[in-house]
Amino acid sequence: MGLAQYHSTFNGILRREFLRFMQQRTRFLSALVRPLLWLLVFAAGFRAALGIAIIEPYETYITYEVYIAPGLCCMILLFNGMQGSLAMVYDREMGSMKVLLMSPLPRPFLLLSKMVSTAVISLLQVYAFLLISRLVDVFPPVMGYLAVLPALFLVALLLSAIGLFLSNLIRQLENFAGVMNFVIFPMFFLSSALYPLWKMQESSELLYWICLFNPFTHAVELVRHSLYLSWNSSELGWTLAATLISTLLGVLSFKPNRAS
Amino acid sequence: MTEQSSLRAQNLGFRYGQRTALDSVSLSLLPGQFHVLLGPNGAGKSTLFGMLTGLLSIQQGSLEIGDQDLSKNRVALLRRTGVVFQQSALDLDLSIRQNLSYHASLHGLSPKEAKLKIDLELDRFELSHRGDESIRQLNGGHRRRVELARALLHSPEFLLLDEPTVGLDSQTRQRLNKVVRQRCATDGVAVLWATHLMEEVDIEDQISLINSGEMIFQGSTSEMLKRADRNSVAEAFNQLTGFEQEG
Repeated sequence: MGLAQYHSTFNGILRREFLRFMQQRTRFLSALVRPLLWLLVFAAGFRAALGIAIIEPYETYITYEVYIAPGLCCMILLFNGMQGSLAMVYDREMGSMKVLLMSPLPRPFLLLSKMVSTAVISLLQVYAFLLISRLVDVFPPVMGYLAVLPALFLVALLLSAIGLFLSNLIRQLENFAGVMNFVIFPMFFLSSALYPLWKMQESSELLYWICLFNPFTHAVELVRHSLYLSWNSSELGWTLAATLISTLLGVLSFKPNRAS
Repeated sequence: MTEQSSLRAQNLGFRYGQRTALDSVSLSLLPGQFHVLLGPNGAGKSTLFGMLTGLLSIQQGSLEIGDQDLSKNRVALLRRTGVVFQQSALDLDLSIRQNLSYHASLHGLSPKEAKLKIDLELDRFELSHRGDESIRQLNGGHRRRVELARALLHSPEFLLLDEPTVGLDSQTRQRLNKVVRQRCATDGVAVLWATHLMEEVDIEDQISLINSGEMIFQGSTSEMLKRADRNSVAEAFNQLTGFEQEG
């Protein structure tokens, strides 16, 4: 089996994800509307209450919109990762998963291709969001748009892997909504996406430590630092480790007989 | 076409927890042979399909093509096998061509080769004029044709069909059955057609009759009629599976 076959299969999986994404334009809109509401409405309302002091990687005082923009980028990736997970459960119930599993390539490769495809589609939405956020004066350095790409991709992979792992635990489509509530909201709110961790620490030491161990916190900080051209090896290490562990869990817990 | 080998499943067994779904089932598929896997609902046909397609692990027994043991080599098995599942497995929002193209890429066909094969299969299944329509717009019979075209796209040696005519009207069932028989005869594809519908069995077919996870008869249709001492396949089926006594 040559590299060409792997290449062709990966391309096919990516193209299918893209075609499905294009068919579901409302998905694109809802993926954008959600973070935009946070940016345009929530941030406007809480700007005064949640003043941000000078913290890394920012070199000066910033508006709340500027602070939450990286977190909202990760929010898009989080929702997409979970949407990918939902799509896996749906594919399993509709039989499409069997088509993928009939490919004569190793299963881990097929699953990884699916994860990467989901991640790539998510990136398009994040960049659309970053462009729109310029309307509310979120102006990261121009090179930041490029520097943040690998970070966004890594975070998208992490969240796709968590999505894959979750989809393996879920037996039926109906059970998915509950799990989403137990994963998405805690992950998002118990992170530095909406407020710096020192603010959390002032309120509760326990919550602060939970936030610190939440991989999403490190994902958000990695994106924040990359967007503002600041190298942060600690956040990169955390996110890489979390991605590797989640991918291993996702691939190893996959049970092909669930598709039969 | 390269010389084809036969697929041999020997003493396959599978358990779902404490329940035995298949008990030492053996089966051989020969090139150009139309092999019918007959059995009532719940007999174990889908479990056998799951094992033959690598979706279920082989808990007991072996699976070979020629001299090659494929019990643990799912990849080599799938390269040579085309499958139509009982439940439709098409992407409803994509077009016929997009569905076929996806399958072609999963089997490593280059875009050029894929296009040629897709055109050929669409033509063979009289779908050329509908290639750009989404699957949602197709009726059940046409969807099944697309699934057949897809299963044959990578020129498999073995075609496994798990109750492919379920939910279709009698006329469409006959037409599909005829098409597969033609491909079996012209291309030398070994076909395993699982069904519980007697009208899909031909007098020259090789039959494997499965009931409650056990193989209770293997041989030609005429041998089955002789064994059961009946004149029709339906009567012989009922006699051998014990339905006659129950009725």
